[in-house]
Amino acid sequence: MVEFKINGKKVQAEKGEILLDVAKREGHEIPTLCHHEKLGSDGRCRLCVVEIHRGSRRRFVASCLYPVENGIDVYTDSRDVLLIRKTILELLLARCPGSDTIKNLASQYGVFDVRYTKDTDKGKCILCGQCIRACESIVGVSALCMSGKGPEKKVTTPFDEPSEVCIGCGACAVICPTGHIYIEDKDGYRTIWRKKFELARCPKCNRFHAPIEQLEFISKKTGVDMEELLICQNCK
Amino acid sequence: MNITLEQLDTISLRYIDAMSKYSKIIKICCGTGCVSSGALKVYEELKRVLTDRGLIDEVLVKKTGCHGLCERGPIVVLGDEEILYQSVGKRNINEDITALLKTIGENEIVDRLLYQGEDKGKRYISPRDIPFYAGQKRIVLSLNGIIDPEDIEEYISKGGYRALYKALLMEPEEIIEWVEKSGLRGRGGGGFPTGTKWRSCRVAHGDIKYVVANGDEGDPGAFMDRSLMEGNPHSIIEGMIIGGYAIGSNQGFIYVRDEYPLAVNRLIKAIESARSYGLLGKNIFDSGFDFDIKIFRGGGAFVCGESTALMSSIEGKSGEPRAKYIHTVEKGLWEKPTNLNNVETWACVPHIINKGWNWFASIGTPNSKGTKVFSLVGKVKNTGLIEVPMGITLREIIYDLGGGIREDKKFKAVQTGGPSGGCLPEAYLEMPVDFDSLTRLGSMMGSGGMIVMDERNCMVDVARYFLKFLVEESCGKCTPCREGVRRMFEIVNRICNGEGKKGDIQHLEELAHAISLSSLCGLGQSAPNPVLSTIKYFRDEYILHIEDKKCPAGVCKALIKFSIQPDKCTGCMRCAMECPVKCIKGAKKEVHVIDSTLCIKCGTCYDVCRFNAVTIE
Amino acid sequence: MDVDTDQLDAIIEKYNGDRSYMLAMFQDVQRLYRYLPKQAIYHICKRLEVPFSKGYEVATFYKALSLKPRGRHTIHVCLGTACHFRGGPNILEVFERELKIKTGETTKDGNFTVETVNCLGACALAPLVRVDEQDFGKATQALVKKIIDEFRDEVKS
Repeated sequence: MVEFKINGKKVQAEKGEILLDVAKREGHEIPTLCHHEKLGSDGRCRLCVVEIHRGSRRRFVASCLYPVENGIDVYTDSRDVLLIRKTILELLLARCPGSDTIKNLASQYGVFDVRYTKDTDKGKCILCGQCIRACESIVGVSALCMSGKGPEKKVTTPFDEPSEVCIGCGACAVICPTGHIYIEDKDGYRTIWRKKFELARCPKCNRFHAPIEQLEFISKKTGVDMEELLICQNCK
Repeated sequence: MNITLEQLDTISLRYIDAMSKYSKIIKICCGTGCVSSGALKVYEELKRVLTDRGLIDEVLVKKTGCHGLCERGPIVVLGDEEILYQSVGKRNINEDITALLKTIGENEIVDRLLYQGEDKGKRYISPRDIPFYAGQKRIVLSLNGIIDPEDIEEYISKGGYRALYKALLMEPEEIIEWVEKSGLRGRGGGGFPTGTKWRSCRVAHGDIKYVVANGDEGDPGAFMDRSLMEGNPHSIIEGMIIGGYAIGSNQGFIYVRDEYPLAVNRLIKAIESARSYGLLGKNIFDSGFDFDIKIFRGGGAFVCGESTALMSSIEGKSGEPRAKYIHTVEKGLWEKPTNLNNVETWACVPHIINKGWNWFASIGTPNSKGTKVFSLVGKVKNTGLIEVPMGITLREIIYDLGGGIREDKKFKAVQTGGPSGGCLPEAYLEMPVDFDSLTRLGSMMGSGGMIVMDERNCMVDVARYFLKFLVEESCGKCTPCREGVRRMFEIVNRICNGEGKKGDIQHLEELAHAISLSSLCGLGQSAPNPVLSTIKYFRDEYILHIEDKKCPAGVCKALIKFSIQPDKCTGCMRCAMECPVKCIKGAKKEVHVIDSTLCIKCGTCYDVCRFNAVTIE
Repeated sequence: MDVDTDQLDAIIEKYNGDRSYMLAMFQDVQRLYRYLPKQAIYHICKRLEVPFSKGYEVATFYKALSLKPRGRHTIHVCLGTACHFRGGPNILEVFERELKIKTGETTKDGNFTVETVNCLGACALAPLVRVDEQDFGKATQALVKKIIDEFRDEVKS
């Protein structure tokens, strides 16, 4: 049992639990962007940073990664924490001025405009990395990666070319918090990450559903017959 | 091969005996600096001439490591620190080789090759005479410039690997106690107590542990680690083996910057020879302890000097740091307990074992023990590496050792700690240099880089320089650093270009504060320091740039104009000849004029004019 | 560009097929081909059983690696602090002007690539220029022209 305080209130948690989870459970709101319930976090966006006092020591940590500790005093809305949140949201809004997700979140914290030149080439990508992690851990093909470093860093497939291993499942597009990833199903084809996939037609309802490649991948991995997989989720 | 202490002694005696057969010894510094000035040519040519004259068996010509006096290179030392010659072979290699032969043959000192000091009347013959050297306390650098870094036997003859032998007879617990009591703190910039780190790693859970030497010295203006890795690689290796033994690790890694190919080579050679002498490998000194070292070469990323980024790089990934809520001593390389220290820290260890922890603790200040190597560069008369006891003041370093400001200009600021540090003005010259004093003022000692600036350095431009550097080197993982530092750069860049706005300073301070608190790693957390320290101590300069659109130092191109004063110009044509864009017009003996529409404001005319006729407005 | 997979396999062998040394393998490949060809990354990743995307991530992270062919000679102009304040940027400008290319680019005849580097560790000899493995300290405009002539001639012979 670990005992500490959040915003002056005493809380208890299991050893090894993450601060963000405990705070949420106790009803303290902490905004996040790069954190995912199932995939965890890398600590990239820094939006969940909170203030921790331990004795006379003051620290600012990413609550999505910080393991709970005995005797600490956590502040989720101190003056500095709010400054950090506003700063990060303003910076992200300047980077992705077209993102409604960021706009809405920013306005919640009093950020409506930016004092910087807005970027036009970053789309809605905030480099949270969730798409990469999903492709790596959940799907298991690692079609996506970060390329470059610093402000030029971006998420892409190798050489910005259609990926050999991408199965067109669209997990990356689903998990993306800002809807940055382009995915289009049209006329029996899916286009994602510059690759065109032939969609499978359900033998029962005749509608297009998943890419054939994706079904082949699942078939290979699970041993389930293609015939069964061709039937769409609605008709099953 | 299992080496014994007796064998070490035998090697030493054999080496000393072999050296005694030579009547004269000539040591040529072959560190990166001197090599770029032509030292290797001097070495080859000297050997050739001596061979031709049949003297090659009498006169030993040796390559040594970096003295740290790179500006005066190639440096040649004759005998046992008897005579130091500077700039050998720079102007005329044949003449200088002749001079060397004259010195050893006829015992005649050639004055023109002697070190040129401040006092033109004084002769500086031995390195010990030179104030730059005399004022130092060389422990880590004690063998730099004396031994051939590629000769393990020479290292052994100077006492090398005796500390290892002694340590392997001690209990690991005792070694850690010694390191703790010595007060050694990390030399890479962090200043974390080394003994404490070793202890945490020792008690960490797990059978497999690693020790790492950080040789990724990336601070621009700093070359302490380069000099050490090139000049005395065995001292680092010896320290690591001792550390491995104390911590309970059998595998070490040295991560060397890609931009230091000579250091990489020297370390590879040193490891190979240590292996062949049984000082690395299985059952060292028959103690039952195995240890070996692998070398990793960096890929040109400054961020890989950060410990978790470095480890990520060793694991074969990109160099992105990770949060250190769980320390690397518990989960580091491949999730195993890993102890990382800077190469300079490792090099201190054999000295502590040999001479005792209380000897080390007797040097320095109460909280900063021992000596520190600094790279003193910029506008001082003597630039180079210096090793001094902690607690020495900035004034002593800059004026006593550094010889004061070049061309007797006015001191303006000293920048310490690289891109993580800050600039301090004249008022703080009495500050002692140690881990804590400078940090309190908004700067930091850092890894040892010390850049001296004069009235021709613009502090806003200095801030812009460091911000640009950090923008390029940021790994891009976290929002505050990736987005925030580039926005700070944009603001400061605008200010330098005459587009500063009211409120810019406050904006910078606020942005800097948020970035320093929320960034994931030390790079981002300390990125604001150059900006914040220059705003703190040179606020007026910022205000002049923003409100008056003026750059008093005459640096920010958008705010200055070069012109020639007619009453001072003699028409010597020098500026016109040197001008890279040929924008200066004027006939011989006639007043010259700069065409400001073509002028690129490089400052060449200002630098070459002998009559102070060029003004910067 | 076709890569010699035997050479690549030899490089992989040199490091015992240890995926931790992928960066080192890439650097060795670059020494052979003067850049890091896509096929080389692909082949090495296949052999090391590392996702191609991870190899690409490493290849684009480290400044020492180039995915575009570099010139026969790479000129590195140091822009470390000491070099910056002692005229490094001017030296860079002169190279760009004389060779008619911008930093990061290669001359049309394939002779020279100009890059910047953040500190070579020879700060007392600022400003520094490194051409391939050779260092030139206290660089001046005259030295820049000399370097271009010297290395250009070398190519001809």
